[in-house]
Parts: sequence; C-alpha cells; structure tokens
Amino acid sequence: MRRNLIFILMSIEIMLNGTGVAFVAAGSRWGQPDGQIMFLFILAMAASEVAVGLALVLRLYRHHPTLDADAVSDMRG
Amino acid sequence: MLGLLWLIPAIPFVSALALAVLPVPRKLVAWIAVGATAGSAVVSLLVAIAFLSAPPAANSYTQVLWTWFDVGGLHPEIAFYFDPLSLIMTVVAAFVSFLIHVYSTEFMIDDEGYSRFFAYMNLFVASMLTLLLADNLLLLYLGWEGVGLCSYLLIGFWYRDPANGQAGRKAFIVTRVGDTAMAIGFFLLFHHLGTLRIQDLMQRAPLHWQVGSSAAVAAALLLLGGAVGKSAQLPLQTWLPDAMAGPTPVSALIHAATMVTAGVYLIARTHVLYSLAPVAQSTVAVAGAATLLIAGFSALTQWDLKRVLAYSTMSQIGYMFLALGVGAWPAAIFHFMTHAFFKALLFLAAGIVINAMDDEHNIFRMGGLRTRLPFAFWTFTIAGCSLAGLPLVTAGAFSKDWIIWGAWSAGNGSPAFWMVGLIGVLLTALYTFRMIFVVFFGEAHTEVTKRPGLAMQVPCFVLAVLSIVAGYVKTPFGRFLETVLPWSEGTHAGAISELVSEVIAGLVVAGGVYMAYIFFLRKRSYTAALAASAAGDALHRFWLSDWGMDWLYDRLLVQPLIWFARVDKSDFIDGFYTGVARLNEFAWSVLRRTENGRLRWYAAGIAGGSVVFIAVVLFL
Repeated sequence: MRRNLIFILMSIEIMLNGTGVAFVAAGSRWGQPDGQIMFLFILAMAASEVAVGLALVLRLYRHHPTLDADAVSDMRG
Repeated sequence: MLGLLWLIPAIPFVSALALAVLPVPRKLVAWIAVGATAGSAVVSLLVAIAFLSAPPAANSYTQVLWTWFDVGGLHPEIAFYFDPLSLIMTVVAAFVSFLIHVYSTEFMIDDEGYSRFFAYMNLFVASMLTLLLADNLLLLYLGWEGVGLCSYLLIGFWYRDPANGQAGRKAFIVTRVGDTAMAIGFFLLFHHLGTLRIQDLMQRAPLHWQVGSSAAVAAALLLLGGAVGKSAQLPLQTWLPDAMAGPTPVSALIHAATMVTAGVYLIARTHVLYSLAPVAQSTVAVAGAATLLIAGFSALTQWDLKRVLAYSTMSQIGYMFLALGVGAWPAAIFHFMTHAFFKALLFLAAGIVINAMDDEHNIFRMGGLRTRLPFAFWTFTIAGCSLAGLPLVTAGAFSKDWIIWGAWSAGNGSPAFWMVGLIGVLLTALYTFRMIFVVFFGEAHTEVTKRPGLAMQVPCFVLAVLSIVAGYVKTPFGRFLETVLPWSEGTHAGAISELVSEVIAGLVVAGGVYMAYIFFLRKRSYTAALAASAAGDALHRFWLSDWGMDWLYDRLLVQPLIWFARVDKSDFIDGFYTGVARLNEFAWSVLRRTENGRLRWYAAGIAGGSVVFIAVVLFL
C-alpha cells in the first residue's frame, strides 16, 4: 500500500471521480437528471476536500519533513 | 382540666430534647429531668382527678391536636384518648417514672454520661406516655418504637463494654421480630376495616367479622406477636435477661415497671379483637402460662441478682397474659399496677445492694446484709413479700389471687390454668425468698462500701408503702375498670368460691416460703446435695441457661446466618456485576489495540467495514 500522503489524496480524488462517473452513467441510463446533480455535489465536495487536505499536508510538513503517512502515527489521540 | 392531657407526654419530650441539644450544666440536669417527670406525673394526676370527679360523656375523652398526614384514605391524627384503662396506666407509669428519676439522680451521680442518661430516660417517658395515650394505632406504634429505641440506648448505656452493646442489639433485634408482625397486623386491620383509630376499629370489627373468622384471628395473632416481643413472653423472651446489662434504674423503669407491660396494654386495648378470635385469645393464655412456669424455674437457678429479677418479671407478665387470655381483663391491669410498684422497688433496692457491694451481682458473694443495709433489707423484703403474694398484707397477693381466681372462673378459664397459676405462686415464693435469705441472711462475704442517700431512700420508701396499700383498692379499681374491660364470667365458676381459691393460694405461698427457708437458710446442705446429684445438676444447668432457648436460637438462626454471611462474604450478586465490568474491560483492551494512529490501517478498516456492511445489506 502507498505511504505517500500526496498519492493517498490523489487516490481519493480518483475514487470520487469514479463515483461521479458512475452517477452520470446511471442518470443517462434511466434518463434522470439526479445523476448529474449528484456529480455537481461531488465535484464541489472534492474541491473543498482537496483544499483542506492539502492545507493539512502543508501544515504537517512543517513538523515532520516527510510525506510518509506512518511517520505521523504518534498523533493518535 | 382535661385539656391539659397533651402536656403529659409533651413535658418529658421537651425536656429530653433540651438535655440532648443544649449544653446543660451537670447541676441543672437532674433538676430539669426530675422536674419534667414530676410535671408529667402532676398533670396526669390532675387530669385523672378531673376525669374521676366529672366523667365525660361516653366515659372517655379524646383530644385531637392536629392531623399527622393525609394520604390515600389514611389520615391519622396526633390525638390522645383518655379512658379508665389509659388513666390507670398513665398515672402509674408517670408516677413510677418520677420516683425512679429521683432515685437515678443519686445512683448515676458519678457517671460521666449524666445528662445523656437523663435525656434517654426522659425520651423514654415521653414515648411510653404517647404509647399509652395514643388514639390511633399509628401513634401507638410511634410510642412503641420510641420505647424500643430508648430501651436499646439504655441497655447499651455503658457502651465501652462490648457485651453491653451486644445485649442492646439483641433486645432491639428480638423485639423487632415481634414489631414486624405487629406492623403487618396493622396493615391487615387497615386493609379490612379502613381506619387505624382504635375506638373505630373496635366498633367496626364485630360488624365486619364473625367470631372466629380467619381475618380476625390473623390480625389478633399478629398483634400478639408484637406484644410477646415487647413483653418478653414465649417465644421471644430471650432478650430480657440480657437487658439487665443496663443501669439498675433502667431495669427498674423500662424492663420491669413500664415498657415490658406495653404488650399487656396493647392486648387489653384491643380486647374486642381477641373476643372475636378465641384461638388467638387462648394462645395469649397459653403463652402466658408457659412463660410464667419457664421463667419461674429459670429464676430459681440464677446467681445474678438482677437476672433473678428479670426472670421474675417475665414470670409476672406471664400472669398478666394468662389473665388477658382467660378474659379476666381487669385482673391483668391490676397486676400491672401492683407489679409496677413492687418490681420497681425490688430493682431499686437491688440497686442499693449492688452499689453498696461495689458492683457485685453474685448473690452468693453477698450474704448477711440484714444488719448492715437495714433499709435495703426492709424495702426489699416488703417488695419480695408483695411479689410472692403474702396474703392479706401485700398488694401482690390481691392482684395475683385475682388472676388465679380468674384463671378458674373467667370465660376461658380452666382448672389447668388455675393449677399453673398455683405452681407459679409456689415458684415465686421459692425464688423470692431464696434471694432474700441468701442476700440478707447468713454470714457476710463482702464489705459494704456505700450507703444510700436520701434521694435513693425516699422513692424506695414511697414504693414500699404502695407495695402494701395498693392492694386495698381492688374493689373500686375493678368496678372502675369494668366499664371498659368487662370481666367475662365462665361456666364452671361455681365449683369453688373466690375465698377458697385465695386460701389455697395463701397456703401455697406459706409452703413456698417454708421450703425456701429450709433449703436456703436452715439446711444449705440439702441444696448442695440436690445440685450435686446428676439429675439435679443437669436440671440446674438447663434452667440456668433459660431452658436452652438462647442455645436453640443461636443454632437455629444466628449460626446459619453467620455461616451464610461468611460464605457470601464476597456477595454473589456483586460478583455478577463485577463480572460484567471485567468483560467490558477485556473488550476495551482488545479494541484499544486497533487505535494505533496508522492512517492506512484506518483506511483499510473503513474499506473493509463498508464491504462487510454492503454485503450484509445486499445478501441478508
């Protein structure tokens, strides 16, 4: 499995795009507009998610100069 | 004047409160305590005179102070009821309390718990008078538990000795067994008759219940349970001898004159109920007859002066129960009165002796006190004669002969009860004069260190006079009391006359005194020979241990409970809940390991979880 935080974030983006495509395809199959509306929501959510996510990664990089996800496991509550 | 009724219990109550709460100087304690009981006695006398000179309508007077509470159809009032029965009981109780308080001022003078003692004593007097004057059973119960509490506190008064605390707890727990039965009896009465006012109950009971109906019998037997507990009758009598651990004035007041006769009062007060339940009434008679014999035999063997008197008290209350059981109600109350005088005096005189001998209780270490403590000798002998029932000259003879006559002639009387009564007379004479001969005659064994002062002598003197003259009021007393407690005449009353019964009883007393003279004064070797024989020794030990009752209860109830407590030391119900807690702890320690801060673990957990979740939704 990947350890690089940037790669993890990118993978999440790809997963979200995958669901978006699935929604659009399903909407066109049954002739419903809901699929496209759902895709717009997912787009907005993905944009905000990646903004927050990247901000956190930047912040984290100040403390731990690495992108390894396991290196920051001492942050568990 | 009748309106002063509420003051009778209120004065000692206020005084008890003051002594308990305020830092009263030692000098003042005695004045407050004695003053309160004196006030109570004077008010009771005034009220009694007002009652006698102008009897109110219906031969009773009720004073309602306020409603205690009002819930679900039960609205007991703080109300006092005054009729010939409560008049006699109240006046006697208040007056004897006063005398014993005067005695205590000197007896307890060196004790560090001086004000504590008088606070308890006053609280006791207040509770006892509440019990006697109560208009409803709930208020009576308040007084009943109040006297029980004070009895507990005063038995364990010298609490530094653990044995005294043990005796106090024993008295409290054993009487509580009876009280629980009594409380259930009250519930039953309220459930069936819808009230707790004693007079209403007595009116409604015959309307609702047939003679011998099961509810009436159950209620009467349950009330009897409370009565035998408080009055130390079979089978709940084991606490009274141990109760002698308390100071002597306490034994005189609580465990001889007043509290232990509360059971007699309760049965007399609810006598209508017992008339409806012949089975219960016979049980009263049998319990009384059995106790008077058992306690009489036990009294013969005790060596502790106070324990002899304790068994004697049980035996005499047995007479009262016998009288109640056969339907000779006034005789029971009359014996209560004379017994209160002479038994209180016996204890007070015994207190003088014990004090003089430097706290020596063993009668065989006394001896020869006749010349060195003449005052104690004369008062003790007068009271002893009254207890034994020396005919014509003592009060005890009049009351006891009346009971014995009642045992023959009254409604439930029978020749068997009469015989038991006569055997009891023989025993009483024997153990009483055994005490007198052993303690006051013979040769001296111990030095006399203290002599009684005026405060101890005057109450004894007054009680000695009463122990003689109180018997002469028998006829007016009976007539006065029969207005509320009708004497039921039996069928075979005619076989012998009252006079014949009295003469026989008198002869039995004389025989008993003579036997005591032979055995305990003239030929002590006879007693020694008797005690040395195998059968005599076995009987002696059997009677000394109160017919093995303590042993029986110890094996039957106390030991199993202690065994169970030991087995269940770690409480198996607690164990169950501890187990639940342990299980949770274990689950926590397992789940804790999953929280490791590794992001990839979490992601895998989420992914795996959602796969499982979706699978469940899809395929189940």
